[in-house]
Amino acid sequence: MNKFQPIQLVFILLGALILLFIISPLLGMFLATSPVSLFETAKETEVQQSIWLTLWTSMLATIVFAFAAIPLSYLMARKTFPLKKLIMGIIDLPVVIPHSAAGIAILGFVSRNSVLGKIGSFIGLDFVGKPAGIAVAMAFVSIPYLINAARDGFSGVSVRFENAALSLGASPSRVFFTVSLPLAWRNIVSGLILMFARGMSEFGAIIVVAYHPMVTPVLIYERFGAFGLKYARPVSVLFISISLAVFIILRFLSREKESPVLFQKDKDNK
Amino acid sequence: MLELRDISVTLGNFSLKSINITVEKGDYFILLGVSGAGKSMVLETIAGLLSPGKGSIFLEGRDITYEKIQKRSIGLVFQDHAVFPHMTVKENIAYSLYGMHKSPSEKKNKILKIAEQISISSLLSRKPSTLSGGELQRVALARTLIQEPKVLLLDEPLVSMDTQLRSELRGLLRRLNRNGQTIVHVTHDYEEALSLGGKIAVINNGEILQTGSPMEVFQQPKSEFVAHFTGAKNFFRVKTSKDADHSNAIVNDKISIWIPGEPDENSGYVIIRAEDIILSRQRIDSSAVNNFEGTVKDIIPSRTGVEVLIDIGILIHAIITRESMNHLEIAEGNLIWISLKASAIRFIPA
Repeated sequence: MNKFQPIQLVFILLGALILLFIISPLLGMFLATSPVSLFETAKETEVQQSIWLTLWTSMLATIVFAFAAIPLSYLMARKTFPLKKLIMGIIDLPVVIPHSAAGIAILGFVSRNSVLGKIGSFIGLDFVGKPAGIAVAMAFVSIPYLINAARDGFSGVSVRFENAALSLGASPSRVFFTVSLPLAWRNIVSGLILMFARGMSEFGAIIVVAYHPMVTPVLIYERFGAFGLKYARPVSVLFISISLAVFIILRFLSREKESPVLFQKDKDNK
Repeated sequence: MLELRDISVTLGNFSLKSINITVEKGDYFILLGVSGAGKSMVLETIAGLLSPGKGSIFLEGRDITYEKIQKRSIGLVFQDHAVFPHMTVKENIAYSLYGMHKSPSEKKNKILKIAEQISISSLLSRKPSTLSGGELQRVALARTLIQEPKVLLLDEPLVSMDTQLRSELRGLLRRLNRNGQTIVHVTHDYEEALSLGGKIAVINNGEILQTGSPMEVFQQPKSEFVAHFTGAKNFFRVKTSKDADHSNAIVNDKISIWIPGEPDENSGYVIIRAEDIILSRQRIDSSAVNNFEGTVKDIIPSRTGVEVLIDIGILIHAIITRESMNHLEIAEGNLIWISLKASAIRFIPA
């Protein structure tokens, strides 16, 4: 029988405090913003362009970098090799370093004098002060979320499924695309959504690489600096609302495609 | 047909040591061993999932030791089925047909035919998460058999199944084998080995200890481990017959033993635990339905007392305490009665 323990009450109270800590500022901001100011802000071309820019650059960064990040996640999940732990540490680096410092590093990497900048210029792709630069900065800070989620997904897929597919005559690439990838898909989608969300919310690295064109976090910062809290609020509320709507839609779409998956643990191989 | 010559494989701190196996075309070959003996490793080496450090594997005379898994013509059914959970039963079965030069209708017919053969026609549109263990095992079998493998490898296919299901699947495997399918079957269950195997290899600690027919392995164990593992002192090939009120197992066409139940098959094996045999100077009136008089042929000291070898037309091993032996004044050449209850007799249809 489950007897109610006093410690549970303490945990519930502490948990409620944390939830309050997360909800209060957001709720306060929503309540302090009048529908009229929100409507007026939504009509501003600058705001619309900024939100659209933020959405598509983050989406682009997520999709483009996923092509290499997902295979890397697979390798990290399946293979053992020297310096694997070092590589795992490198993957997590963008999460732990200050993002303004990351921005400085990226700026040096993609500036017109760098090798990448020169190659980009040669094919007509500029990074500094351009959407491409924003996408690179977003990808840099958000890619660990995708790699780690996808790696966990692949680790959760029993090697037996892959071995069974091989013994059924499938080539390793067919095994990857028809067995490993679909079975890890739930985690990969979570990773993609996390990466997209993290990219959208990035400020520190982007402001160094591309102040203009302005992504919404930079626009919010600029409005706050130039006009104060009252003018920064409606953009923030609008951006949060749109972000939430996008995530809910993405989650919904990804749930639709999910199938019940049994992750079977590997048994003794002997 | 399938030959493993001096195969050695190391995985972590476990090794298969000099495995030599020959499986003839149409054989039902059983690899019998306790958990962790290396049975599954042998199968995975044959399938190509593990690479041997030493030795060679030949299939129909062709060296396939380092052949790609996909090219081996060997089908493997895993212990946990490994039926793809994100595909329907039909998609699972069709998986190996990809890239085959067959028209869609030919592929469809092939799927329907194998589904009918394995009795899973009604499951084709189902997802694996809605299937029972037995159904999953059948799907895994169908998925492998559709490739028409030269050798079918089965890793503990009947484990964790209830008696009814086990009996059905045994019947299915026997049928497949009778239709010419060569099978290598791994198990830890000697009943399963006897019930299905035409040839048995006992494996322990990565080594094959003995290979032979069920009779050879069970009646003439070559090592203490095999003797202990197979565990049967009194082990006989029998035919069955039915009387009005009971069934009999007939050994060597001369000794008829009353056995429990009604056997499905008309032949099989009988196992009698040496500890379950009661000895007496005169025929006793008891619930034991099997009473035979025989001559004491040998008396061998054993860990738990003495083992008395009695000739009743066949040789029967009985284990009794030293006190009982002294009390009954058992000596070589004496006549003695043995009694055993029908319920102490284990009949394994085969």
